[in-house]
Amino acid sequence: MKIGVFICHCGSNIAATVDVKKVAETAGRMAEVVYATDAMYACSEPGQQAIEEAVKKYALSGVVVASCSPRMHEATFRRTVERAGLNRYMFEMANIREHVSWIGRDQGPNTVKAIELVRMAVEKLRLNRALIPRKLPATRRALVIGGGVAGIQASLDCAEAGLEVVLVEREPSIGGKMSKLDKTFPTVDCSSCILGPRMVDVAQHERITLYAYSEIESVSGYVGNFEVVIRKKAAYVDWDKCTGCGLCIEKCPSKKNFDRFNEGLGSAAAINIPFPQAIPKKAVIRAEDCRQFQGKKCGICAKFCPTGAINHEQQDELVTIQVGAIVAATGYDLADWTVYGEYGAGRYADVITSLQYERMLSASGPFGGHIKRPSNGEEPKSVVFIQCVASRDPSIGRPYCSGFCCMYTAKQAIMTRDHIPDSQSYVFYMDIRSPGKGYDEFTRRAQEEYGAQYVRGRVSQVYPRGNKLVVRGADTLLGSQVEVEADLVVLAVGGEGSREAAGLAEKLRISYDSFGFFLEGHPKLKPVETNTAGVFLAGSCQGLKDIPFSVSQGSAAAAKTLALLSRDMLESDPQTAQVDIKRCIGCGKCIQVCPFQAIREADLRGQSKAEVLEAVCQGCGLCNATCPQGAIQLSHFTDNQVLAEVEALLCP
Amino acid sequence: MSAKTYAYYSGCSGSGTSKEYDLSTRALCAALGITLADVPDWSCCGSTPAHMVDHALSAALSARNLAQSEQLGLDDFVTPCPSCLKNTHNAIEQMRDPGFRKEVDRLTMRPLARKHRAFSVLQLIYEEVTPEGLALKIKKPLHGLKLAAYYGCLLTRPGRSMRFDDEENPVSMDRLLEAAGAGMLPFPLKVECCGGSFGIPRGDVVARLSGRILELACSMGADALVVACPLCQMNLDLRQKQIRSAVRLNFHLPVFYYTQLLGLALGLPEDQILLDKLVTDPKPALAKIEIIRPPDVPAQPAKEVPA
Repeated sequence: MKIGVFICHCGSNIAATVDVKKVAETAGRMAEVVYATDAMYACSEPGQQAIEEAVKKYALSGVVVASCSPRMHEATFRRTVERAGLNRYMFEMANIREHVSWIGRDQGPNTVKAIELVRMAVEKLRLNRALIPRKLPATRRALVIGGGVAGIQASLDCAEAGLEVVLVEREPSIGGKMSKLDKTFPTVDCSSCILGPRMVDVAQHERITLYAYSEIESVSGYVGNFEVVIRKKAAYVDWDKCTGCGLCIEKCPSKKNFDRFNEGLGSAAAINIPFPQAIPKKAVIRAEDCRQFQGKKCGICAKFCPTGAINHEQQDELVTIQVGAIVAATGYDLADWTVYGEYGAGRYADVITSLQYERMLSASGPFGGHIKRPSNGEEPKSVVFIQCVASRDPSIGRPYCSGFCCMYTAKQAIMTRDHIPDSQSYVFYMDIRSPGKGYDEFTRRAQEEYGAQYVRGRVSQVYPRGNKLVVRGADTLLGSQVEVEADLVVLAVGGEGSREAAGLAEKLRISYDSFGFFLEGHPKLKPVETNTAGVFLAGSCQGLKDIPFSVSQGSAAAAKTLALLSRDMLESDPQTAQVDIKRCIGCGKCIQVCPFQAIREADLRGQSKAEVLEAVCQGCGLCNATCPQGAIQLSHFTDNQVLAEVEALLCP
Repeated sequence: MSAKTYAYYSGCSGSGTSKEYDLSTRALCAALGITLADVPDWSCCGSTPAHMVDHALSAALSARNLAQSEQLGLDDFVTPCPSCLKNTHNAIEQMRDPGFRKEVDRLTMRPLARKHRAFSVLQLIYEEVTPEGLALKIKKPLHGLKLAAYYGCLLTRPGRSMRFDDEENPVSMDRLLEAAGAGMLPFPLKVECCGGSFGIPRGDVVARLSGRILELACSMGADALVVACPLCQMNLDLRQKQIRSAVRLNFHLPVFYYTQLLGLALGLPEDQILLDKLVTDPKPALAKIEIIRPPDVPAQPAKEVPA
């Protein structure tokens, strides 16, 4: 083998603390290295050109580049060696930037470590062999999970571009959190008026199949060829017959149930359509609220339904679909604010959440768009907004900023003055965070035009005095305590990943953090990809976002889906596990540890052997480490290659 | 019922300003079958001043008391005073750091041999006796008495070291007094600060803070406040006259230790609960206690303990 080694300066990033020339010189004396040099920027066009020329001039059969993390430029250099006529797996990268120059200041030891890393890469490369990717057919259909504004946008963009789309929504209607909002910032336009047309587009699009009131049961397969089982939950109503007339809701005798759509502000019938613009506008019976299901004599809805759509015997239905890509857009839920004893922990009727306030402001909400105190129905004259509830509070394990609360609080303060001109709003805030087009101007309008009093400080306690609430807090600008007598207290509660997010992440085999947010491929450069090929993210499920950002990310996820499925055949990564059937004893340990179900038991002339499904294998290496016989090896990371690296490090 | 013995640390105020708290606590525990053994030759926990000056010295004061309790062969250290408890907790927690522990051991010259647990007498009664267990022993229920339980800022906070009840809305005292038949008001200022040791340098602060507590309790129709902290009791009761003139309101609200009222309900004699130590006259409040005998139990005067 003839190996060429290229040591990158990365400007001064590496050269400032590593003697690059010396590394190149030493590398020139390593086994099978016929050419070693340094380069100012190996990744630049001249840098790549030099590699290509060297491959040809010295008839190199393998290349080592010592530069940055392979996460940055491995793909670049693989293409470079491929252009020069080598197999792209005849390339190794030594990370002497993140692992050396950026973390140590002392040039002497840094140079030694860089040389060691280069030697390891050379020793591994000596055992590399050419790998050829396989071509796989792809299903040109996308699954979008979650019908909020991000999921709607992703679905519409994919469908418009000609892709078949399956949209699955857990609730009876699509629309997500946005459909609960009264107005949107910073334009104060009606939320359902701008979302409604998009929802209708989804319903009417010939290439979108909508499964509302459904959940993902299981996901198997791999990029291009996922098999997804969808559970259509029993609505106890035949949706083909239901016309959404609402007569059943009117006649239902069980009316005092928790109203999920209205955040418990009003009450709902056991059979219900969440809101007038619901898509699909079909009734759903909640078994836990229904008299019929509690063994009482009822069935009134069935008696009155003009189309005979009610079916108390209906069962959940499982539907299996094939898709090529998946977009997760499962949104967020409000964090649990009842952990705050100082705000009453849910004991006081007139302390409500911002989302409840939206339902109060909404004309189609339970209060008909009138602001009233839940305790006695009176119009509040003094409304206190408390920001950063369950946001930026490490004491309850929610250290992050939810990002949208400053803006919606300003909007709600404006709406309060709009609805009740002689009212006074107070906003307790930590900082006003309003980066965005027209955002800061909007918060100023709330203060200057709408007279909202902004108090910079935290609230220490809310307690009742008579039929009012006393809000006590600090004004850190005045350096004093303040006390406000309020009729209504609105908590700007922050968000966290949707409650079912963790379960779904397990099914999709993607990572999630302790707050229930899905993990993107790279925080800056892969914001919609995940580390599982073919699974993309849109909207607040990845991290909290307001509407414009959710829509943008919905479109971005659609673009990624379209790019992936624009080809009929996908290339699989050949860095997969391989079974040496001569050594395999069929113990099945590899099958147990494989997180991707990529290994199955196969019968070879009456003997049980492990078999790797190459298309499913992600090359994690768990089986490799588990196999007691060393029979299962990861291509490109064989035991011998790893041992060669260790040996290069310990016994140079 | 727990047959265990607990190392009991009364704290300095227990032998001075809150003698009635110490005495009624001992009597109550005896009546409830809890055995307390006094920590021999105990010293002051250092209170607030010590840890304001030096954390290691402050911890050493508590560590010495824990070391003294080891003479009794006991791990569980109880005290009626929230401030002493907080210092003990702090010492135990900080000494998990080997460096800090070494420094404290150097100061006390007596390394602790056992793993100590500390809690308040209130926690002990609430968790070991439980309100249900207490209800069975009540002889003179406090029916007709409307009370506001005031826990103060230290008893449950900081939650991570106290690990008892709810930080912002504790209910243990409420539940116990309910079990004794009293009517408990949902008192919203139950964990507010009374002004603490500011009583000496800044009486106006205590007047404002304690005044607010007294005022709200009165306006809610409370017959009395119930407390579990010697300093709170002193501010609310001893200084009530000062507060009255400072906030220009006329309230006369007796401030009981919960141990006194529970003792009363258990039928303990007056010389064990020392109601006459209270500054604000408790008689008008106590007069509201309705004598209701359960109809199915005939009166048995022989079992009545004279008050």
